[in-house]
Amino acid sequence: MSENNYFATGKTGLWEVVIGLEVHAQITSNAKLFSGASTAFGADPNSHVDYLDAGLPGILPVINAHCVDQAIKTGLGIHGEIQPISVFDRKNYFYADLPLGYQISQFEKPIVLGGYIDINLDDGTPKRINVTRLHMEQDAGKSTHDLHPSHSYIDLNRAGIALMEIVSEPEMRSPHEAMAYVKKLRTIVRYLGTCDGNMEQGSMRVDVNVSLHKPGTPFGTRAEIKNVNSIRFLGQAVEYEIGRQLEILESGGEIVQETRLFDPSKGETRSMRSKEDAHDYRYFPDPDLKPLVLIPERIAAIKAMLPELPDAKKERFMADYSLSAYDADILVAEMETAAYYESVVIESTATDTKQAAKTMANWLIVEVFGAMNRESRALNALPFTPAHLAKLVDLIMDGTISGKIAKDIFAKMWESGKAPDALVDALGLRQISDTSVIEKVVDDVIAANGDKVEAYKSGKVQLFGFFVGSVMKALEGKANPGMVNDYLKKKLG
Amino acid sequence: MSDLLNLSLVQARDALATKKISSHELTTAYLAQMESKRALNTYVLETPEIALALAKASDARLQNGTAGLIDGIPLGIKDLFCTKGIRTTACSKILGNFVPTYESTVTQNLWDQGAVCLGKTNMDEFAMGSANLNSCFGPVENPWKRTSDPTAKLVPGGSSGGSAAAVSARMALAATASDTGGSIRQPAAFCGLVGIKPTYGLCSRWGMVAFASSLDQAGPMTRTVADSALMLQVMAGFDEKDATSLNVAIPNYLGNLKTDVKGLKIGVAVEYLDGLSPIMLALLNKGIQWLKDAGAEIREVSLKTTPYALPTYYIIAPAEASANLARFDGVRYGARVEGASLDELYENTRSAGFGAEVKRRIMIGTYVLSSGYYDAYYLRAQKVKRLICDDFARAFEQVDVLLTPTTPGAAFGIDETPTDPVAMYLQDIYTVTANMAGLPGISVPAGLDDDGLPLGLQLLGPALSEQNLFNAASVIEHAAHFPYLKD
Repeated sequence: MSENNYFATGKTGLWEVVIGLEVHAQITSNAKLFSGASTAFGADPNSHVDYLDAGLPGILPVINAHCVDQAIKTGLGIHGEIQPISVFDRKNYFYADLPLGYQISQFEKPIVLGGYIDINLDDGTPKRINVTRLHMEQDAGKSTHDLHPSHSYIDLNRAGIALMEIVSEPEMRSPHEAMAYVKKLRTIVRYLGTCDGNMEQGSMRVDVNVSLHKPGTPFGTRAEIKNVNSIRFLGQAVEYEIGRQLEILESGGEIVQETRLFDPSKGETRSMRSKEDAHDYRYFPDPDLKPLVLIPERIAAIKAMLPELPDAKKERFMADYSLSAYDADILVAEMETAAYYESVVIESTATDTKQAAKTMANWLIVEVFGAMNRESRALNALPFTPAHLAKLVDLIMDGTISGKIAKDIFAKMWESGKAPDALVDALGLRQISDTSVIEKVVDDVIAANGDKVEAYKSGKVQLFGFFVGSVMKALEGKANPGMVNDYLKKKLG
Repeated sequence: MSDLLNLSLVQARDALATKKISSHELTTAYLAQMESKRALNTYVLETPEIALALAKASDARLQNGTAGLIDGIPLGIKDLFCTKGIRTTACSKILGNFVPTYESTVTQNLWDQGAVCLGKTNMDEFAMGSANLNSCFGPVENPWKRTSDPTAKLVPGGSSGGSAAAVSARMALAATASDTGGSIRQPAAFCGLVGIKPTYGLCSRWGMVAFASSLDQAGPMTRTVADSALMLQVMAGFDEKDATSLNVAIPNYLGNLKTDVKGLKIGVAVEYLDGLSPIMLALLNKGIQWLKDAGAEIREVSLKTTPYALPTYYIIAPAEASANLARFDGVRYGARVEGASLDELYENTRSAGFGAEVKRRIMIGTYVLSSGYYDAYYLRAQKVKRLICDDFARAFEQVDVLLTPTTPGAAFGIDETPTDPVAMYLQDIYTVTANMAGLPGISVPAGLDDDGLPLGLQLLGPALSEQNLFNAASVIEHAAHFPYLKD
């Protein structure tokens, strides 16, 4: 893989940045990890709370098999090894939004070990980030401290929702890499349907470990930034943390191992608790739950149902549709985009299918995305059908209209939702490709501009544009530009 | 009146079925007995209105032929079982006036077969204790008296002391109980009753306030082996709400009950004879003789890990308890003592809410799980637990059932309680191994000591051997001619 070329530059030289991430991804599931309560977001406080979620006496956890399948699916999606036996442990600590007084998690024996996520560096070269493990655990409830001067409000709707904690190796070396890793992971879980990746609603949250060291020396002491809830904030938090640590290290100070919080309004991180106040979680296997035993058949069945993942899709788009890596990356970033693209491609009747697919990718990325941004429209609310878009490109491909006219037609399609061929006919924009018509006009233009023909022949080649323009003007812009060029060149010698 | 109270559960069931008595008569007799014996402090909550209403409904079912297996039978329910609409405290101040909105699976199974709820019985706080002295509602008095000193108040054993004393004093026809280290069998022995701790997972733990999840098992407290068989049959059963529940069919224990041990191989573990008092040794020898006389083959076996069971238990049980009791924090239910901060609220609530023994075990449990101690204590204890299981597995390759004493001796005085907690822990020395290995154990009354107090013998078997245990216990029951307390 590629050499690292990102360094923090200080007065004493270059510092290498080491970043490791722990991503908490809420598992897409109707019910919680160990109770039947709903997981729907945005309900009234404490309305989705089962006996277990409230920590009532005598209530026992029962594993939600669907959540296990989702974790297996995710593990396979990141190329991890699904463990035949994993164990749920109790992670003990007291907090008001943790009703049991412990979180059921997996400590010693997680469900997935190993795996990797491939990202692209700034310059487009790929880099593989290894994943240490993926484990399942319960989410905590939510505490609100600012509604009352002396009381906190507790909402247990989130308590007990299934999370996957996905831990990376400390292999990222820049804020960009950290952001690319989370983006890619989000794309993968969305493809898999195992997490909606909705960071604003907190269904994906990131803990970042950052440290600095001089190249060739051991890793420095790290600080952990908890609960970063957007990719942009992740970049900001890492940038800030690099700056903060650089300043301390350059002035001869030492980094304190601690947990920090990122404040998006100030763009800075601040200390939450130091290592000295770190909890002793007293992990031990939860005696209410037997070890989770997964038979190979169950794993194989899930593997067989895996959708095509972004990396494979990208490869296929590049091979089948001659797309550049850059275009393919854009199209596979969201599964819906890729699916839409292919729904356009399939409608094409062009003979050069590869060229048509490539042109359609350009049209989608440049024209359609551009218009969507301008008009704030989603892909599922476009005013025209995929068949219309395919037809538009086909009309270019078969010479019926020029690329320039296609843009006008596209604007009309966006307004009216009408089919492009109907619009071409209604507006009389069909391209003129009749040799005799084009040759006649070219001959007329040459005949009427004898002086310019002389000048052109004596070396003023820039006059070529004048001839093209005159021909196009005479034919109201509908002439096939290629044919006009070819015949003009032939006549002018 | 006293005739009604002296019927066993099976006899009462038959009398109800043949309409010789009604559930209303039976229940009324028990309610009256509860009132007259209230000083024993066996109940922490009496539910006479509920009992009478249930009895009335039972009588209707008995009339129209839709009666369940124990329809109309009045029961005491250990306050560890959550009962819908009926205050449940585990005899801890920390639960305050907690009224569950759900019913434990075990009690639901009983109600589904028509049982009548008389009330909630006293117990050691969170089932931690062997004398029922750790209840926030005060101690329970054993109805049995020393012949030499009938005024001395004796403990009923624990933690199911209220259930044992109530059944013994005819204040319930039977009762539910739970056993984590001996909490059914030891009080059964002290009160002259039959108590069985079934195979781990046979009775659902759902809705039973947890002490040590990997060891807790519910079971019945009854006067006879037949009653025990019928009660367990109703209480047990697979429950998908408990991930540790065993998915097995529950046999008709009562229907299959035979007072017969012909050809059964019964083992006596040499390690259980060490330091046995002369009276207990004599009792054990009597038991051996009875079983031999009934056609059983007696063999000596060795359970080398026996001495390690109790210390191991006092690591695993408190460790699990320390986490299980973390939910009692004053935030959502139960008693709360306010504080200026969240930590202070926890401190105040838990300081005031838990009794001394519970606090001691939470501290032990927290300690053995702490970073740096986990490997030396908890992890090692788990390894020893495995060895204990292996030990039993080897023993049960040679014999079908093991015979042991249930306790080191008879009930002691409420005022004679050992002040050293470890001395109290020794009460569980013969019972705790069954919990560690998840195996069934039954205590059956076998005789009286020199002072006229009941003593029990214990039978242990491999997993799911409850029928063998009932059958062997029945042989002892018949041979012992145990002088049950009459009203």
